[in-house]
Amino acid sequence: MSPALTTSEDALDDGALAGSPAVRISHVHKSFGRAGAATHVLDDITLDVAPGEFVTLLGASGCGKSTLLNLVAGLDKPSSGTIEVPGGRPSLMFQEHALFPWLTAGKNIELALRLNGVPRPERRAEAERLLELVRLGGSYGKRVHELSGGMRQRVAMARALAQGSSVLLMDEPFAALDAITRDVLHDEITRIWAAQKLTVLFVTHNVREAVRLAQRVVLLSSRPGRVAREWQIDLPQPRRIESAGVADLSIEITEELRGEIRRHGKH
Amino acid sequence: MASTDTAPSVHEAQVPDSASVEAGLDALEAVQTQGTPLSEVLRTKALPPLIALLLVLALWQGAFALELTSSYKLPSPGMVWSSLVDLWQAGTLFSIVWTSVWRGVAGFLAAVAIGTPIGLLVARVKPVRTAVGPILAGLQSLPSVAWVPAAVIWLGINNSMMYAVILLGAVPSVANGLVSGIDQVPPLFLRAGRTLGATGLANARHILLPGALPGYLAGLKQGWAFSWRSLMAAELVAASPDLGLGLGRYLENQRESADMSGVLLGIILILIVGMAIDLLLFAPIERRVLRNRGLLTTNR
Ligand SMILES: Nc1ncnc2c1ncn2[C@@H]1O[C@H](COP(=O)(O)OP(=O)(O)OP(=O)(O)O)[C@@H](O)[C@H]1O
Ligand SMILES: [Mg+2]
Repeated sequence: MSPALTTSEDALDDGALAGSPAVRISHVHKSFGRAGAATHVLDDITLDVAPGEFVTLLGASGCGKSTLLNLVAGLDKPSSGTIEVPGGRPSLMFQEHALFPWLTAGKNIELALRLNGVPRPERRAEAERLLELVRLGGSYGKRVHELSGGMRQRVAMARALAQGSSVLLMDEPFAALDAITRDVLHDEITRIWAAQKLTVLFVTHNVREAVRLAQRVVLLSSRPGRVAREWQIDLPQPRRIESAGVADLSIEITEELRGEIRRHGKH
Repeated sequence: MASTDTAPSVHEAQVPDSASVEAGLDALEAVQTQGTPLSEVLRTKALPPLIALLLVLALWQGAFALELTSSYKLPSPGMVWSSLVDLWQAGTLFSIVWTSVWRGVAGFLAAVAIGTPIGLLVARVKPVRTAVGPILAGLQSLPSVAWVPAAVIWLGINNSMMYAVILLGAVPSVANGLVSGIDQVPPLFLRAGRTLGATGLANARHILLPGALPGYLAGLKQGWAFSWRSLMAAELVAASPDLGLGLGRYLENQRESADMSGVLLGIILILIVGMAIDLLLFAPIERRVLRNRGLLTTNR
């Protein structure tokens, strides 16, 4: 079977029909630098993410994935266009764990809870609960440097969840991990996404990872970044990254990605 | 679609499988930390400085025995020791040391209270940084003894003059330490703080200050060294009966009465106080901060 192909305009219409989206990116442009010598990084990006949807953003290195995610997170402003996140400030997980080394794993989570306005008496129990959720019960008092890379990313995930937003933005959170650990964390994030009814916008340059996780894969072109194509992924969860379904679709999407990159070599 | 071929029962079996893989990974990768035994600590940390000290004393005693110069200029370790015993028996040893230590510590704490907000302002407010930053950095290399004559004219020979000299010496170090500490906080932590919703005071309290702590501590340490030096300089220069007898004054008194053992004793006491504060106060705090952050590679 061939996966459904939708253009960004179709997606916008779908979103409008289905009620208000969790993230609405409309006609966003972003350039860096002074007016004369500006680099145009994002070009007319329009993308809606429905509540509870898991979308992966796929693109070559340097195509503007992190830039787009930072805009959605409110860490930077678009040059033009609008971004709406009706549910309030989204949570963001960085490529590096970004845990504060002066706090223990548990206190990192408690800080997020505190800044989110959770009253003091409830913080400890809530932090323990979130650690249990990422299967790290008993690591409350661990220092960041005492945890392995995979454990750090799970604490970072727990901290992102502690922000209490239903929209979770993830910027290549597993890129630095080995294959087995990444595989385990793929299971974790799909489990938590389903259990917590999150809306996830997940950035990666790994095609198999994108297909393994997402309900919808959005391919960005490079320089400037545009929405090139979208795929609806109908494989049932939980999926295995090595399964034939994921592999077949990955081959198709990789071919498309290659074409996008090849286009740049021509001129 | 290929993945639909696999039966649901396989999927169910995969989830606990992934959990157990996860548990295995965690067990493999977790860092094991263990303490060092006390005897080991004593042997590696207390023994070398002790040997160095004995060596210096031996050399000193040797130079004295060879009569390289008159014993008026170079008294023996024993003679310095008896000066110490004299002070002890006269009952003034403690009060001399305490007068200086109290002034030094009080002045230093005031310098921390003043230098910290200045550092925070310079680090975070652009115009303040442009205006004050270079002056603050320049002041750090100005020996604070240079302030003594000015302070004497402005304030007279009294305690305020001593505190003024300490502050002028230590505030720039404390402020600069905090500025460089804040500059070195990784931008990633600042962005993480912002996504968590830390702005304004919450940002300073939960992200900036803890992130800047290692640099700030270095500034505090230097601030203490400068406080102590400036104070000794001020005590040496300023003589007044109202001031009480501190270490610097004791040193200068012994010079005036040509008592070289007393002068050496004064120098040694000043050195010991400076080192003791560093070793007993700053070193443990610094070690703890670095160890908590995993920045201490060896068991220093
Ligand atoms: N602050 C900035 N100033 C100037 N140029 C920038 C800035 N941030 C990003 N860029 C440029 O924008 C482009 C996209 O960067 P971005 O980090 O978004 O890429 P990416 O898709 O996340 O890449 P990767 O997969 O390597 O993380 C790059 O060419 C980069 O040089
Ligand atoms: Mg990136």
